[in-house]
Amino acid sequence: MFEIIDMDLKGIISIPYLKIEANKLTVILGPSGCGKTSLLKLLNKLISPDSGDIYYCGKNLKDINSLELRKEVVMLSQNSPLFPESIKDNLKAALNYHMLPIPENFELREILKQVGINKDLDDKVLFLSGGEKSRVALARVLVLDPQVYLLDEPGASLDEKTEIFITEMLKDICQKKGKTMVMVTHSKEIARKYGDVIIDLKEYSRG
Amino acid sequence: MQELIKLNIIQLSLAYLFPLLLFVILKKRGLKREWELLLATFRMTVQLVLAGYILVYIFAKATLGLTLLSFFIMEIFAVLTVIRKFQKDQMPKGMKRTVAFAIFTGTFLSLIYFVFVVIGVQPWYEPRYLIPLAGMIVGNSMTGVALALRLLLDGMKKNRVVVEEILILGGSPKEAAKEVVNSAFEAAIMPTITSMMSAGIVILPGMMTGQILAGASPLVAISYQLAIMLAILGSVALSVIIMLSLGYRLYFNSEVQLKK
Ligand SMILES: Nc1ncnc2c1ncn2[C@@H]1O[C@H](COP(=O)(O)OP(=O)(O)OP(=O)(O)O)[C@@H](O)[C@H]1O
Ligand SMILES: [Mg+2]
Repeated sequence: MFEIIDMDLKGIISIPYLKIEANKLTVILGPSGCGKTSLLKLLNKLISPDSGDIYYCGKNLKDINSLELRKEVVMLSQNSPLFPESIKDNLKAALNYHMLPIPENFELREILKQVGINKDLDDKVLFLSGGEKSRVALARVLVLDPQVYLLDEPGASLDEKTEIFITEMLKDICQKKGKTMVMVTHSKEIARKYGDVIIDLKEYSRG
Repeated sequence: MQELIKLNIIQLSLAYLFPLLLFVILKKRGLKREWELLLATFRMTVQLVLAGYILVYIFAKATLGLTLLSFFIMEIFAVLTVIRKFQKDQMPKGMKRTVAFAIFTGTFLSLIYFVFVVIGVQPWYEPRYLIPLAGMIVGNSMTGVALALRLLLDGMKKNRVVVEEILILGGSPKEAAKEVVNSAFEAAIMPTITSMMSAGIVILPGMMTGQILAGASPLVAISYQLAIMLAILGSVALSVIIMLSLGYRLYFNSEVQLKK
């Protein structure tokens, strides 16, 4: 799905060659500051490398329109900020940016259930707990149903049990719907148990 | 019409009692503003006296060239005043040019409309009309653009994470900057709207006061005041919207990424 060739991001990471396979859950490990977030941002063109090339489905990212790319390759950012409105407004905003129709409420509720949130669509996100907020952010990405998921520590603010629940749900989507996922995590256990491929970014880090 | 009472030098000097009074108060309270007050009083006096003589000259000549020249000088001063206010700020490349373009275009279009369509004075460049009107329009646009720019710079800085999040979610630069741009626009036109709200009740606007003092009928004075306030509103809104809708783009590159 992605191929990285001779890529260098000044002083952060340098990757001679790396392939990220389609329809698999690739897990990115590595110490804080080693460039995991930067790698994800490179993959959806939120930043560009200083040199070298990244290919998506055989096409050079340089030749792909950023907005088009981000419709297919969707990123859940680290500590993703929510818009200070209702849960539904947050899901709607993402759908609007992707110019997708707004599904019926029961479909949206289904997605909330998937991330283990037992709240009303009209509840304000301001009053949610930290872990709930992070899962609304995940729901905001799931509702887009993209081909590729870039997930930056989706389990960061969750307890162990919830993190496993979320990871299993993601793995399930990956397998049943044939999606490609690149997930950053700090948990070696999660990586070992769920990752089809594990990349330790430390070896590419220039930090 | 009653003749205007001309102030002689002694009468005018008596008015300087006010800044003198303030000077004494500042001094007594140990507030460090007294030199600023003196400088401001001095500058105002010199600038206005000079402006008076220059205007007498320009009005007497009443040529197109001189009128346009004064207009351009006003524009340049307005642009420089705004830019100087932001010397210490980090601005994206191209912002100064954008400010200049916005002030110039916004004021020019409103002034042209006002002079040709609304008052239709003959000849159109009659400096007695054009210069005071231009001064008011340019001055207000300048304040509006400065306010909007302050809010744009601060807003893009403070909301950087949210702006980037919208890009991450597939939004366009326009969508990402929308919130910041909208609140800057609102805040920048609010002073003008507020002054419209209070016009004639709380204060008699400066131009109207001047005309009435000069012996014009209050009805003539208000018709001019109405027209000029609407022109100011148009000019401020136009300059601000031009500045904002070009300015936010400077934060993004052609790859739809937020610049560093
Ligand atoms: N825009 C940027 N400009 C300069 N340096 C940056 C930029 N973004 C990130 N960095 C630096 O690159 C390094 C890697 O950052 P990155 O966010 O990718 O780390 P990470 O592996 O995701 O860390 P963490 O696990 O703490 O989230 C850090 O040292 C960071 O300071
Ligand atoms: Mg990170």
